[in-house]
Amino acid sequence: MSALIVSVGLFCTGLYAVLTRRDLIAILVGVEIMMAGALLLLVMVGASAANGASVHAVGLLILILAASEAAVGLALLVAAARRLSTTRVDEMTEVKG
Amino acid sequence: MSDTVLAQAGVVVFAPFVLAALIAIGGRWGRPLGPVLASLGPLSVLALAASALVSVSGMPAPRAPWTSALAASKSVTWFASADHVLRMGYAIDSLAAWMLIVVGVVALAVMVFSVGYLAGDPGWNRYFALLSLFTGSMATLVVADSFLTMFVGWELVGACSYLLIGFWYHKPAAAHAAVKAFLTTRVGDVALMLGLAVLWSALGTLQFEDVASGVATLPAATAGAAAVLIALGALGKSAQFPFHGWLPDAMEGPTPVSALIHAATMVAAGVYLVVRIWPLFAAGPAAQSLLLSAGIISALGAAAIAVAQRDIKKVLAYSTISQLGFMFAALGVGAWDAAFFHLLTHAAFKGLLFLTAGSVIHGAGTQNLDEMGGLRTRMPVTFGVWVVGSLALIGIPGFAGFFSKDAVLERVWSASPVLGAILLAAGGLTALYMTRATRLAFLGTPARDSHAHESPAVMLIPMLGLAVPAALAGFAGASVLHSLGAQSEPLVVAIAAGALAFALAGIALGWQMARPVCAEQREQQQEGRLWRAAAHGFYWDHAVSRLIVGPVTSVARGLWAWLDRLVIDGVVEGLALLVRGAGSGLSRLHTGNAQVYSALMLLGVLAMFVASAWLGR
Repeated sequence: MSALIVSVGLFCTGLYAVLTRRDLIAILVGVEIMMAGALLLLVMVGASAANGASVHAVGLLILILAASEAAVGLALLVAAARRLSTTRVDEMTEVKG
Repeated sequence: MSDTVLAQAGVVVFAPFVLAALIAIGGRWGRPLGPVLASLGPLSVLALAASALVSVSGMPAPRAPWTSALAASKSVTWFASADHVLRMGYAIDSLAAWMLIVVGVVALAVMVFSVGYLAGDPGWNRYFALLSLFTGSMATLVVADSFLTMFVGWELVGACSYLLIGFWYHKPAAAHAAVKAFLTTRVGDVALMLGLAVLWSALGTLQFEDVASGVATLPAATAGAAAVLIALGALGKSAQFPFHGWLPDAMEGPTPVSALIHAATMVAAGVYLVVRIWPLFAAGPAAQSLLLSAGIISALGAAAIAVAQRDIKKVLAYSTISQLGFMFAALGVGAWDAAFFHLLTHAAFKGLLFLTAGSVIHGAGTQNLDEMGGLRTRMPVTFGVWVVGSLALIGIPGFAGFFSKDAVLERVWSASPVLGAILLAAGGLTALYMTRATRLAFLGTPARDSHAHESPAVMLIPMLGLAVPAALAGFAGASVLHSLGAQSEPLVVAIAAGALAFALAGIALGWQMARPVCAEQREQQQEGRLWRAAAHGFYWDHAVSRLIVGPVTSVARGLWAWLDRLVIDGVVEGLALLVRGAGSGLSRLHTGNAQVYSALMLLGVLAMFVASAWLGR
């Protein structure tokens, strides 16, 4: 139960960061935190499930995907910073209607 | 021989259309061929008409033109929908054959004449292509076996008239006259179309024969309405009161065109249509009264106007309206045979007079009678044929107009002596204006700086050719009427003598009116109130502009300003504004800030959770 609270807490903390931080790097960090919360929930479910090993395998797969996502996200961040010479997300309004 | 030609009737009628296209695409290289190709149309039409007359003469005498023996006929289904069938085709009887003779003879004369008259004109190919197109259209109108086919020709001759009046389109007056002619006849054509709609809804057919036989089964009101509407169409085409305003303006076109279209053939199409479908008019007394009153007013009014005209072509134009008025008056008292006879002779002598006027204009370089004078010595041949045409028009015994005008006068007189007397007076005025024009143009002393010269042979020969029927056509009257199934009536000496007396009085007055005087006296003569009114066509055009064109224009302008710009544009532009405003308002949501999008996404996901929890209870 405490693990559930921790994982939901982590997810909401990350979401809060994504929605409120102005810097793209901080937002990426927030995304990682959200991902960690979701992963923690998965591990917890795996611990209590009958075939926990396969669930944990999925957890490992998600870890790898999260690492790839972070790499792609950081690459996009570098590209955006070079192109727009800023990392502040509220200054990136290219698609404004 | 004649059977071979008759079997090709469809080709003969259609050929001028192809020739017109050929001439039109001929370009500079085809210029010399233009008149030759164009003349093939009238020549084949003449061959067809002659064959038809020969063929019909061997058949039993017809009872009336609409039931008369057909020399050739063919009809194809154009359009069929359920039990309604529209058919197109031709049916050549003696009436159509005589009309084709008119079309062929005058068209041929005009085409040859035009070679001289329009020599060097840049619009040469266009001109002959249009003449050829007109020949085909007029032939279509004449040989049609139904209102539908006739209407195709009817509209095509109207279009040709428009194009040829505006032939010199760079002259604003010509362009305006063309539009005026087109719009005015269009008013009549709308009535004609309504008449056809009445017939179609009542009888389900537009074939002349079926209409003629079906009229008896119609209620009197339906037949009367159809007849009145078709009569209006005929009056519009034939430039009768109250539609006559376009014909004098149409004189802006080349003079040979005036001879062909606005004297001999197209303007006579109204008379021809009424004769063609006479049983319908026999069943519609209201339509007959309409034709009679329009004819009488046109005959007298236009003759009076012609007296005061200074332009030689305007004199002839009003004279044409007046003579067509004689024909319609005859139709109004039921004398369709006399009307058609007068149509034939009128085509000959009025076509001749117009060609002669063209020769005068070509030779003297002016249309103004006051600037002419003494052309008799400079243009002797032109003067000779002009006199022949004038005598025929005035109705001097022996010339063509005498016989046909006398037939009309007799029939109108026996129906109503008052109207007969009015026509006699109109005949006197005819003599007056022709004598005046003749003396002003050809007699007296030549204008000082006149370079008048006789026209070339290519123009004189068609004039001389037309002078023959203008002088002699009257003697063919009995056989024409016989082939139409009508009886030629013996001359009533009293009426003929009366007409002659009026004519002689008119000649004397006209001679006196055109006596050589100094400019001041001439001006004094033209100052009179009556003279000025006549010179302006009794202000009919002014009245039409004031009372019809003006109000219609201002109503249209008002509709444009209020209904169109305020209401319709308001609705359209209001809607556009609304959409644009909504768009720009909503586009505020599109901030471009990724975090706002994320927040909205989160809200959306939460809303979906709530909704699924709510609905999934």
